[in-house]
Amino acid sequence: MSDESVETAFDTFLNALADGKGYYLKCMNGHASLPPRYGCPDCGATDLERQPLPDVGEIVAMTTIRVPAPAFAEAAPYVLAVAKFGPVRLTGRLLNIDPDDDTVESGALVSATASSVGDESFVAFELR
Amino acid sequence: MTAVRIAGVGMTPFGSHPETTGRELFGEASCVALDDAGVPCDDVDALFYGNFMGAFAEKQNHHGPLMADAAGVTAPATRFESACASSGVAVREAVSKIRAGQADVILVGGMERMTNLSTASTTEALATAGDELYEGRAGLTFPGAYAMMTDAYFAAHDADRTDLAHIAVKNHANAVENELAQYQQAIDIDDVLEAPMVADPVGLYDASPITDGASALVLTGEDYAEANDLDASIAVTGSGQGTDSLSLQGRESLTRTPAAEQAAEDAYTDANVGPDDIDVAEVHDCFTIAEVLAIESLGFYEPGTGYRAARDGETTRDGDLPVNLSGGLKAKGHPVGATGAAQLVELTKLLRGEHVNSDAVADAETAVTHNAGATVASAVVHVLEVVE
Repeated sequence: MSDESVETAFDTFLNALADGKGYYLKCMNGHASLPPRYGCPDCGATDLERQPLPDVGEIVAMTTIRVPAPAFAEAAPYVLAVAKFGPVRLTGRLLNIDPDDDTVESGALVSATASSVGDESFVAFELR
Repeated sequence: MTAVRIAGVGMTPFGSHPETTGRELFGEASCVALDDAGVPCDDVDALFYGNFMGAFAEKQNHHGPLMADAAGVTAPATRFESACASSGVAVREAVSKIRAGQADVILVGGMERMTNLSTASTTEALATAGDELYEGRAGLTFPGAYAMMTDAYFAAHDADRTDLAHIAVKNHANAVENELAQYQQAIDIDDVLEAPMVADPVGLYDASPITDGASALVLTGEDYAEANDLDASIAVTGSGQGTDSLSLQGRESLTRTPAAEQAAEDAYTDANVGPDDIDVAEVHDCFTIAEVLAIESLGFYEPGTGYRAARDGETTRDGDLPVNLSGGLKAKGHPVGATGAAQLVELTKLLRGEHVNSDAVADAETAVTHNAGATVASAVVHVLEVVE
């Protein structure tokens, strides 16, 4: 259960994604990473600046989850993918897809947004 | 630096024991190991113990003291948690402490109780080994993560589900006569290919099962073993560990496991051996693709070529380099916190000539274990050698 009065850096990121204003973090040495974080995972630099996330990502791997955790029982089967957006990769749920009727393969182009199940929000993708 | 010997090993049968508590499971494995070693409980200087999901399965954390009590030892006791590499890490820390001269005898092992939970609840617990914010919340399961690694591997190389099915068939065949294995029955390629999908393209028979079990070893310094006239013919001569981004999205490639490559390189250097010296291996085949990535990371195969090994008979019982003669996680079972130490238990028996499959590696002198945490964000490799 999350406290609605508290907004973490991850919530801020998801809200920005949902508004079409996604971003990633870039350190002084040019390394890209994703929030929430204090320092760069590659070099430890702490001056992380927001950079606009590219509008379009490319799916690099995907799966259809058929045996889910209890919280996602009603959503199954559902499709998850890792997609590359410029210098960063995101993991997300592919929305508006019936995995048994629709054919989606790696290389497909997506845009990033946010979705939720119950109180939990997460990264989601929509086919372009 | 003191050399490290394996003085005793013990395992419970791996399988479905929902009526048995974790403390009973670890108590059994540790008592078998201490009895095998012939080392009195009072001589144990430390208990190092791996467990992953005790808080889910038994509403129990703080396993160190609980398991010391179960094992009948009063030594300082510490729990290690690195997902499915929990007891592999525990072994590595025990090796390090003995080498440093800070202990003569360490009881090391692990336990997992899983089948008392529903499959859905176990799925939920296992998913916590990934990144909660980016993976768990989106509904990524543990099989789902390996399914994406499989998908990426298939896209990059000429491999298919039949190649992977040969790994499952091989490991089931190896477990048929292993009395401690969860599945002591052979399967065929069609069984694997026709099984229900868990997370495409990972089917039910591409996955290791949900398992209860415990494993334990008594490690001693060489000097202690000689002074006490122990029958400790197997040495741990190499140890390595690697770490990678916890999340799949944090990695450059989904088809390589650099944490395991680092662990292997360090373990080989430590033991002064190379991949060509290895006679037999126990690797972390939590899913069929994981065995491919393991044998590539250990340097037995170039990246992108390991998928043919089982199909071509190179890693089967009669092959040049038998892999997972115990049955592996796939057929022996995968009680996650017990798995890393169990690999050393099985290899010790194989090298001693006491394993039901020892005949397949009668002349083996050097062996390796490969234990991975989650999607190989953690990896531990150990080299074992026959010294007497």
